[in-house]
Amino acid sequence: MQMPQPDASILARKDRLVAQLQAILPEGCVIYDERETKAYECDALSVYRCPPLCAVLPETTEQVAAVMKLCHAEGVPVVPRGAGTSLAGGALPTADSVILGVARMNDVLDTDYPNRVIKVQTGRTNLSVTGAVEEDGFFYAPDPSSQLACAIAGNIAMNSGGAHCLKYGVTTNNLMGVTMVMADGEIVEIGGAHLDAGGLDLLGLICGSEGQLGIVTEATLRILAKPEGARPVLIGYDTNEIAGQCVSDIIKSGILPVAIEFMDRPCIRATEAFAGAGYPDCEALLIIEVEGSEAEIQDQLDRIITIARRHNPVELRESGSEEESARIWLGRKSAFGAMGQINDYMCLDGTIPVSELPLVLRRIGEMSQEYGLDVGNVFHAGDGNMHPLILFDANKPGDLEKCEAFGADILKLCVEVGGCLTGEHGVGVEKRDLMGAQYTDADLEVQLGVKDVFDPKWLLNPAKVFPLSTTEGRRA
Amino acid sequence: MTPNSETELAEAITAAQGPLHVQGGGTRDIGAPVAGQVLSTAGLSGVTLYEPGALTLVAKAGTPLTEIEALLAAEGQRLPFEPMDHRPLLGTTGTPTIGGVVAANVSGPRRIQVGAARDFALGVRFVDGTGQVLKNGGRVMKNVTGYDLVKLMAGSWGTLGVLSEVSLKVGAIPETEATLVARGLEDDAAVAALSAALGSPFDVSGAAHLDAGANGGQSETRVRIEGLAGSVAYRAARLGEGVCKGWELVEAATSAALWLEVRDVGSLQTKPGNIWRFSLKPSDAPGMAEAIRRAHPEAACVFDWGGGLLWVSGPEGADLRPKGLKGHATLVRAARETRERLAVFQPESTPIAAITAGLRHKFDPRGILNPGLMGG
Repeated sequence: MQMPQPDASILARKDRLVAQLQAILPEGCVIYDERETKAYECDALSVYRCPPLCAVLPETTEQVAAVMKLCHAEGVPVVPRGAGTSLAGGALPTADSVILGVARMNDVLDTDYPNRVIKVQTGRTNLSVTGAVEEDGFFYAPDPSSQLACAIAGNIAMNSGGAHCLKYGVTTNNLMGVTMVMADGEIVEIGGAHLDAGGLDLLGLICGSEGQLGIVTEATLRILAKPEGARPVLIGYDTNEIAGQCVSDIIKSGILPVAIEFMDRPCIRATEAFAGAGYPDCEALLIIEVEGSEAEIQDQLDRIITIARRHNPVELRESGSEEESARIWLGRKSAFGAMGQINDYMCLDGTIPVSELPLVLRRIGEMSQEYGLDVGNVFHAGDGNMHPLILFDANKPGDLEKCEAFGADILKLCVEVGGCLTGEHGVGVEKRDLMGAQYTDADLEVQLGVKDVFDPKWLLNPAKVFPLSTTEGRRA
Repeated sequence: MTPNSETELAEAITAAQGPLHVQGGGTRDIGAPVAGQVLSTAGLSGVTLYEPGALTLVAKAGTPLTEIEALLAAEGQRLPFEPMDHRPLLGTTGTPTIGGVVAANVSGPRRIQVGAARDFALGVRFVDGTGQVLKNGGRVMKNVTGYDLVKLMAGSWGTLGVLSEVSLKVGAIPETEATLVARGLEDDAAVAALSAALGSPFDVSGAAHLDAGANGGQSETRVRIEGLAGSVAYRAARLGEGVCKGWELVEAATSAALWLEVRDVGSLQTKPGNIWRFSLKPSDAPGMAEAIRRAHPEAACVFDWGGGLLWVSGPEGADLRPKGLKGHATLVRAARETRERLAVFQPESTPIAAITAGLRHKFDPRGILNPGLMGG
């Protein structure tokens, strides 16, 4: 993975730029000491690291605007950062860039139950949005697995999903309005507490633009009434094909589970060793959760179980209590940790049409043999969003490169069968150079043209999303 | 011009010497009048992929909506966002197309629960103003690969490009539905009740209020629930004990008819004059309706989306938009002269208008695709 050469003239101006930033921000908001900027050298894709020129932590939208105005005038690249949990390197700095972190902007600005919206500053963590409304019976639906730590700013930048988006959608379906600072420091309002756009859907464009079109400082989010209850069923099968067929039959039957999670044997074994959730040792495991009142839950589970039994499961375990539900979810929730226990891993995020599941799992198994690297699969089966976890040893020379090549092959396979490179993590730097597998030059050029409109000088997170060769003439 | 393939469509746009009036079935004659040669996508027709088990459908843009709905219904599925049919309201004829639904981001009452057309659009193929064939998104439900131009194209009314194919997420037709109905409520009490119903755990899929002027002298307020029969009965009972206490329960086909009327704004179809569509914060809707009626006593109002969508019939040529409107308004039905004079779409703030103009210039540098339709 390549990053652009830092601009020597910016590096040489560091002291002056720091002084200028200090002049427009409160004390303690500019981090420039090399021991401290190291804290911002990477996000959750920690194999790539580079400390920034400096990091700023503004406390208001106006301060963000002042920083942007200055960086725009000085021609300094800005890398926005939420909580730094990106798995795609979305917040990876370059040596000549300023990290603009929104972590100190985490207030709830307005909670409006009659209109079912909450307005927050975007440094607020995903889970604490729900935390602000749950006592009153509401929640914020998108639930990425990093929800304890990840910020709404990053959720908007990456259009984050989660386990429950089969029913509730991803960030873009739950985002109603933003306050955004443009690359030149202008503050704009898009959307609000009303639905849909009066003109072009700029909100839809900004959501998922990976911090390249502006810095979102405030967001109006849709909140929903919490369901009365939820309960999962665990189903084990001998083959991935049958598990895939079961998922398809459930969806076709008209039942809308809130989550359909899928784990394959390597992943089941790893989580059993790690968490001991009591999962069966089978080829494919499904966890399907439904919501509603007790009677509604039972009705839906009965229907799901009837369908599941038609496919001769090796195990079928219906939760009858909160403890049993927690136990069913335990293994799934500790899957990433369990894989991490075995070795370093790279988590992929390709999405495929659900019907291609058996083929893709078989091919991944074959490639695993070819590359000599183990892989476990855990993913959201209802929407085809896969998360293959490739195990490698970061200390072994050449292993990371081998892992990256394996990952790239899996993602290309996802595209080949009609899917995409990334379902919810974003492109960042990780998948940047694979964009050509999914899009033609013209498809990419029109996207670059969008960035030209929002950020003509290409200063916002400039080395991400698009292959460097396509952006070379545009970046400063 | 009615090209029969994406290639012909691209050739037609490349060769165009002047403005083009882009249409699907031409049933949604909304926007500033466009002078130019008609370019219809009606020749691009047919469902190219339908996987009921993956809730996915891909169709060429000119495919008639009825064809898609029939195909889906045969598998017990539908377009969950409930796109309205504009023909009775606008007095147009023709065949609505799936491309038109996406290009105009057309949704119905269920938008409040499941989302709009833009939320169900998974991918698009389109031809931009220079004649280039482009794609964005795909046919999978989760996709964050690059910028989301699918959302940008949805609701752009053919001003950024001409859709040639769309991929959609579809959904199951529920086992049954029911509606709780109240009569004679004032607007503010009705919207408060709708808000409470939507804020309950009972998964309300429609929340509407027709004022006395729209509903033959007595207002009517409606709350819809859909799902498995047992679940609908349970939720109807719980709502009936609480926020909808004393409301009448209507079921199945009778319930469905009520929502077809809301979807197509049936109660305002025969009103003379203009039809406005406001999108606003639900709790602002009663005040807005009140202010409009004070200025125009003959105005009638239909509140959908729990109050978040306000349909108003008003006199020809009067601009009903207040200064500083929080939300947006579209003049959906008006005489040609009115549409030439008043901004049909909500005028944008200066910085937003600049972004919009910049995007239009990138997608359609010659300014030939439905020029001026959305204003700006």
